[in-house]
Amino acid sequence: MNKVITLNHGSGGRQSHDLIGGLFAGRFGMDKPLTDSAVLPGEGYILAFTTDSYVVEPLFFPGGNIGKLAVCGTVNDLAVSGAVPLYISAAFIMEEGFGFQELELIVDTMADEAKRAGVRIVTGDTKVVGRGKCDRLFITTSGTGSLKSSFAHLSSAVRVRSGDDVIVSGPLGNHAIAVLGARNNLGFSSPVESDCACLNHMIKDVLDSGADVHFMRDLTRGGLASVLHELWVMTGYCMVIQEKSVPVDEPVRGLCEVLGFDPLYLANEGKIVLIADENDSPKIIDILQSHLSGKNASVIGKITGKKTGGIIIETSGGGRRMLDLPSGIQLPRIC
Amino acid sequence: MRFIEEYRNGDLIGRLAETIRKTAAGNYDFMEVCGGHTAAIRRFGLTSILPPGINLISGPGCPVCVTSIDFIDRLVAYSRLHDTVIATFGDLLRVPGSQSSLESERSAGADIRIVFSGFEALRMAESEPLKTVIFPGIGFETTAPGTAVVIKQAAAMRLKNFLVLSAHKVMPPAMEVVAGDGANIDGFICPGHVASVTGSDPYRFLPEKYKIGCVVSGFEPLDLLQSVLMLVNQKNCRKPLVEIQYSRAVTPEGNTKAQRLLCEVFESCNATWRGFGTIPGSGLKIRDLFASFDAEAVIPLDLKSPAENISCICGEILRGIKKPCDCMLFRNACTPDNPVGACMVSSEGSCNTFFRFS
Repeated sequence: MNKVITLNHGSGGRQSHDLIGGLFAGRFGMDKPLTDSAVLPGEGYILAFTTDSYVVEPLFFPGGNIGKLAVCGTVNDLAVSGAVPLYISAAFIMEEGFGFQELELIVDTMADEAKRAGVRIVTGDTKVVGRGKCDRLFITTSGTGSLKSSFAHLSSAVRVRSGDDVIVSGPLGNHAIAVLGARNNLGFSSPVESDCACLNHMIKDVLDSGADVHFMRDLTRGGLASVLHELWVMTGYCMVIQEKSVPVDEPVRGLCEVLGFDPLYLANEGKIVLIADENDSPKIIDILQSHLSGKNASVIGKITGKKTGGIIIETSGGGRRMLDLPSGIQLPRIC
Repeated sequence: MRFIEEYRNGDLIGRLAETIRKTAAGNYDFMEVCGGHTAAIRRFGLTSILPPGINLISGPGCPVCVTSIDFIDRLVAYSRLHDTVIATFGDLLRVPGSQSSLESERSAGADIRIVFSGFEALRMAESEPLKTVIFPGIGFETTAPGTAVVIKQAAAMRLKNFLVLSAHKVMPPAMEVVAGDGANIDGFICPGHVASVTGSDPYRFLPEKYKIGCVVSGFEPLDLLQSVLMLVNQKNCRKPLVEIQYSRAVTPEGNTKAQRLLCEVFESCNATWRGFGTIPGSGLKIRDLFASFDAEAVIPLDLKSPAENISCICGEILRGIKKPCDCMLFRNACTPDNPVGACMVSSEGSCNTFFRFS
C-alpha cells in the first residue's frame, strides 16, 4: 500500500516528529533544533517568527473558539521563545455556506484577544472553497516578535543542566477534554473548560524578574510527554517526574480514568513547562501563581543527568516507569 | 478523587509491598489475565516495587490483542461497501489485518468513526437511515452485555440499518488452554470486570482440575498488590483456591441479570483467538432470533482465512510462554506506530505496554 498521510501525522506524537524532521525540515534546510519560533538574528535585533494552522472541530467549545486558539497559539509560541509578540497575520480558508454570524463572533474574539495580549493583527488573507472542500473554517496565523539576546537560549535548551527543576504552569489536559466534550462524544456533559489563553504577560513577568530560566515550551498537542521527550532528545538530559506533583483538575482526572487517557499526553492551549535553576524556582512559582493562568503552577520534577536513561515517572506509590513519546492519536480503550 | 486515591495511597502501597517481600520465599510466576491489569501494573510501576522473585506474566485478556486477523479482514471488506459506516471502539482502528487496517481504510476514504459505546452506533443508524452502520462487537463478558442491550434496543426500534459483527469472547476456555498447555504458572490474577458479570465461580476449575490458585482482582495498585500477596500465601500454603480480592464489585455468582441478557441474545460458539487458534466454546454468536442484526448473516463474505506473520510470537506471549523482549520483531519491525502483532496495538497489549513503560 502506498504511504499516505493519516490522522496520526497530525497528533503531535512520533509520526508528527518523523514527518516534520524527516521531510519538511530536511528539504527546507531548516536549522536544528526545531523550536516553536524561528530565532532570526538581524543587525542590532533578533526576530522571532512562527506560524501555525487551526482546524479544531467544533469551532466553538467551552472556554474558547478557533479564533481565540489562533491568536493565543501564535502569541504563546513567540512568548515561550522569550520574544515579545508584536505582529500577527491571519489567513482564513472558509467553506461555502459558512455562517456570517459565526465568522463575526470568531473575528471579534480574535480582535479582543489580540488587544489583551498587546499584539496587532496587521495582515491577512481570505479564501473561499466549495462545499465539502474544507470543514467550515480553517485559520492560519503567523507572528513576529522581538527577542532580547539574553533570552535567545530559551528555545534551544542549551543551558539546561543537572539539578534544574521542571515546572509546569498549571493543570494539564483541560483543552483536550473540553473539545472532546464539545464533540458530544462522551455521552455525558463535561464541566471542563479549555485553558486557552495568551500567556505572554505571565511569561514576561517571569523573564523580567531575572529568574534563571533555561528552557521554556508551551504544551500543546502531544502534551507534556511530547515536550519532555523532545527536550530529552535535544539535550540528552534525563529527568525524574513525580506523578503526584503534576497538577490535573479533578474532572479531567476522572474522565481520563473512565476513557483510558493519560493527562500527560493530552493537549493544552494555555500551559507551559519551564526548566529553571532550582534556586530560582520558588520565585518563578510565585510569579506564575500571581497570574490566573498560572495559579496552580508546580515544580513537578528534576533534570537528573545524562546517564540514567530517559524520562522516569515516579508514581504515587513509589513505583517507577518510563515516559515514552506518544504514538498517534490517543485512542479510548475498550474496557 | 474519591474511590481511586484511596487505592493509590503511597504509604499503604509501601507497607503492602514490604509484607509481600517478607512473605515471599523463592520464585513465583503469576499470570495477570486481563489487559487492564497489565496496563495498570506498568502504569503504576508495580514490577519495580515487587521483589525480584515475583514474575508477572501477561495473559490473553486484551480483547483487541486476541481479535483474529479474519475479523479485521471482514471489517475492512465491509468498510469498502457503499453507504456503510463502521462505528468502532478506538482500539480496533490500528489492528493489522492480513492486508490493511481500519485506520488505513479510513485514510483511503472509508467511513470509519470512533464511538465510545454501542449506543452511539445505534443513534448513528437512527439518524442516518440511508447508511448501514456496522458495530464491531469486541470484548469479553464485560462489554458483551452492552452489545446485547444495543441489539435488543435495535430490535425494539425495528431498525433495518444497524448490524453487529460479533467477536465477543468468554474468558474461562482460554484460561483453561493456558492452564493445560504446560505453562509454568503458580497462580492467576483473574479479570475483575469480567468476573463482576460472570462471578468467580467459573474459575473453580483452576484449583479443582489444575491445582492452580486464582484471585479475582481490582485494577488499582493496592488491589493488585493485595492479590499478589493472596497468591503468594496460596502457594506458600500449597492450597490453591478461588479468592475474591475485588469484593466491592464481584460475588461468586456474579450479575445474574447481565448473564440472562447475554444468554438471551448470544449463544456459545467456537472462536478464533489470535495466537491460540480455535478454542471450542469460547465465542459468543448472535442467536438466530436476532439474525437480522448479525452482519455475518445479513452480509455474508467469502474470505480466505489468512495466515499470521510467522515471526510474530504474540501467541506465545499471550500464553505466557515468552515475553515481548524475546520477539525478534519487538522494537524493530513491530512498534506502536507499525504494529505487526496484535499485542502491540492496544494500549493494554503486553508488547505495547512493555514498549511504553519498560
